[in-house]
Amino acid sequence: MGGRESELVLLDENGIRCDGRKVDEPRRIMIKAGGLKNADGSAYIEFGDNKILVGVFGPRDVHPKHMSNTDTGILRVRYHMEPFSVTERKNPAPSRREIEISKVIKEALEPAVMLDKFPRTAVDVFIEVLQADGGTRCAALSAASVALADAGIPMRDLVAACAAGKVADTVILDVNNEEDQAGQADMPIGYMPNLEKITLLQLDGVLTPEEYKKCVETGINGCKIVYDLQKKALHDKYFGNGGD
Amino acid sequence: MDNKRKYVIPGDLVTTGPFRPEQNVVLEGNRIIATAIGISEIYDDAVKVIPLTGKYIPKINDLVIGKVVSHSSLSWELDINSCYVGFLPATDVFGRDFSAHADELTSKLRTGDLVAARIANFDRTRDPLLTIADRDLGKIDSGDLVKISPSKVPRLIGKRGTMIQTIEMATNAAITIGQNGWVVVSCEDPEGLLKAKKAIQMVDEQAHVANLTDQVKEMLEKKGES
Repeated sequence: MGGRESELVLLDENGIRCDGRKVDEPRRIMIKAGGLKNADGSAYIEFGDNKILVGVFGPRDVHPKHMSNTDTGILRVRYHMEPFSVTERKNPAPSRREIEISKVIKEALEPAVMLDKFPRTAVDVFIEVLQADGGTRCAALSAASVALADAGIPMRDLVAACAAGKVADTVILDVNNEEDQAGQADMPIGYMPNLEKITLLQLDGVLTPEEYKKCVETGINGCKIVYDLQKKALHDKYFGNGGD
Repeated sequence: MDNKRKYVIPGDLVTTGPFRPEQNVVLEGNRIIATAIGISEIYDDAVKVIPLTGKYIPKINDLVIGKVVSHSSLSWELDINSCYVGFLPATDVFGRDFSAHADELTSKLRTGDLVAARIANFDRTRDPLLTIADRDLGKIDSGDLVKISPSKVPRLIGKRGTMIQTIEMATNAAITIGQNGWVVVSCEDPEGLLKAKKAIQMVDEQAHVANLTDQVKEMLEKKGES
């Protein structure tokens, strides 16, 4: 947290946030499908100052063998931050936080992927955070679902993700690093827009029941914005500009 | 027919109503949803999505090209560019009087050899079983291997084989296409070989382009003059 709360104004009297956004405005988002030659599927996302690269392999043989399931394929996810992704060098060994995020992203993708057609195989998702600025798990989840679609893994729907939160007693969309550190609540949401189902919902902070509802609503709206960009990324790669 | 074709990505609604869901679609309530990136097609009472990406999934009776990766005393294992390894039993190659003591597997196929095989049996409980007991199957002695995306194999063959005939006639090459996306090209004339390989790669890269057969033809003829 540091001692910067004193000088940082999270929300000014005109409803403008510390980085100049309005309360319901997401950061600049750019998604690109493909780009890696050796992976079966890949995606790159820029979500504000977050830069994340995702590669997907599979379905392929499971190693170690005992992890395989004879009824269905399995999904494995590794979320990893580069040592240079944050201001102070980060130890490249997987930290407790990275292990948790890997698990959370895996569980958010599982309702979407249909691996029952590929028994005894694994689908591996590798997420590399090149630059982090708050909200990496949402950005990583959005990119991972584009990469899975690019790899041709059967999916019921794409998973779009965006965070909502509370700063200065106001519900806001897409929490950035400063707001996450000094704000009152942060709620990452993963959402399947066509099925209208939530696959990830976490909450760090305290909200009243009304604020909670508003937060979920705001987050879902953010997810829909992300979904349009995911769709565009896949259309650009596969159907060119002639796509309908 | 054409107005029913649509570009879809996973989660997109293809149609609603009483249709039979076929490949790459799921039924959610009465909505039929695509599960892959591709082109949706509705015909008669069925709906399917032709995928534009993805790994090769073995199907019984498919012709595939495999590379021998290892063998035991009774069988070979072949890489068939899929999530499963192909299993070629020794009795299939040596005949019914195969004896594990008397016959040496490496005398017929060695690690690294290319084999044209047919998928004899495959289900979700077992790895695909291959056979080479048919005409035109077996070890491939000569030719170059070209790898393309398995989802683009139908494009390379073309409507009733037009695309592949065009390439074969223009270059005098013999081309064997495995459904798994591996293609073997052999040609006596080295220039024809290069041209045929280039044409195959062109199909792989530009599979979405309309009128590709004419473009390929044009490319093949232009190079022939220079």
